Amino acid sequence: MKPETVLEVEVPGGWSWSHIVKRGTALKLIAADDGLNVGMMAYAAWNFSERYNMADTLKAQHISRLSAGNVLYSDMGRILLSVVSDSLDGHDTIGGILNRSRAQAKYGSKRYQEHRNDYVRDAHTTFLTEIGKYGMTPTSMISNVNWFSRVDVEADGQMRFVPSYASVGDSVELRAEMDTLVVLTTCPHPLDPSSDYRPGKLVAQIARVDPPGPRDPCRISCEENERGFVNTEQWHI
Amino acid sequence: MQLKESTRSSADAAYRATIAPGEYWIHPVEQGAYLRIVDLEGNQAVDTFFFHRDDPWERYSACDTLAAQQNVYLGLGSVLYSFTGAGLLEITADTCGRHDTLGGACAAESNSVRYHLDKRHMHNCRDSFIQALLGYDEHIDKNVLASNVNFFMNVPVSTGSGSSFADGISGPGKYVELRALVPVVTVISNCPQLNNPCNAYDPTPIEVLIFEE
Repeated sequence: MKPETVLEVEVPGGWSWSHIVKRGTALKLIAADDGLNVGMMAYAAWNFSERYNMADTLKAQHISRLSAGNVLYSDMGRILLSVVSDSLDGHDTIGGILNRSRAQAKYGSKRYQEHRNDYVRDAHTTFLTEIGKYGMTPTSMISNVNWFSRVDVEADGQMRFVPSYASVGDSVELRAEMDTLVVLTTCPHPLDPSSDYRPGKLVAQIARVDPPGPRDPCRISCEENERGFVNTEQWHI
Repeated sequence: MQLKESTRSSADAAYRATIAPGEYWIHPVEQGAYLRIVDLEGNQAVDTFFFHRDDPWERYSACDTLAAQQNVYLGLGSVLYSFTGAGLLEITADTCGRHDTLGGACAAESNSVRYHLDKRHMHNCRDSFIQALLGYDEHIDKNVLASNVNFFMNVPVSTGSGSSFADGISGPGKYVELRALVPVVTVISNCPQLNNPCNAYDPTPIEVLIFEE
């Protein structure tokens, strides 16, 4: 069955967006500007204390970045989202976000009073605002994914931001394995060396998709994921 | 990797306790005080996180800490930051050399994924953390726990796209010492994991010491 797009949303650079992506659908993120960064936090819709866990996701799959065939684990040993396609070669999981003081130090203080809606917004504030709309508090902030950005790690542990990584049209597609609140910010990556505040625009599409079959590439990419899908499918009983 | 011994003598500690393997410890550390964690027998994983004593939402963030130093390993001079970018503690002495903060804490649920579906009912760090938090303050719950440090644990991140748990680089008596930049609460789970080499399959006791400024 060809995926049928049922919703399309544009998110301008420097803003946030959230949606409960239901099981049976997939969220496709499409870069509408070069050099885009999209920070993401994810929570199980049934209980926001079950949430994306960076450490469990990395260690279960022996990875340091996310790409097609990988899944995003919650802290409960279940799979929130599967990465079913990726036009790039992996996405950052460890770089985090800029908070207000670091953003102001980097980009200067462009205030609403002078710049209206072109004021500088930081990822931390946009995340906090977005989860606040669901009644969550600052203790619900978690380590996030940065789609469309890549950070390589050298032998001595040094982190290197890969410049000019994503281009217009690059995309990553996330299938919901549980109903998942996805919280996105289009603020720049914290390790992007540019002090020019030019956050890129995102197009988000939601399509109805088939459930993962027994030979689904994300399910069989490692033994751990087969067990993760068992945990997730048992939870739906 | 940079090593530096502490100038403080253990005889001068204001507080001293041994934490048996599999036990948790939750304890305040005043601003300016030093917390020393000693790997008594070597290669023990000490799962640890911190939050501000007065503002529990000011809690340790691995990503903020790594992005600030632009390096994935913690060691001498590393400042541990909160989610809002507040400095919580700084590593002021270290005789081990490298500590992990990407591996997280073991859990019943992740054990079932990582090892086998029937490895769920084994003692684990996240259960210890939840017991420590829920018993500490009625306003503190699981949400406070987001990321943690694994002192004395070695989780090399490859220059490709991989990561793995490796044998430890610690040894008997090695220690790390941190200065609290603000008043913090320290939460430790002395890791009971029996399924991987992070503690050489043999969890052992650790010692904690607090030195007043």
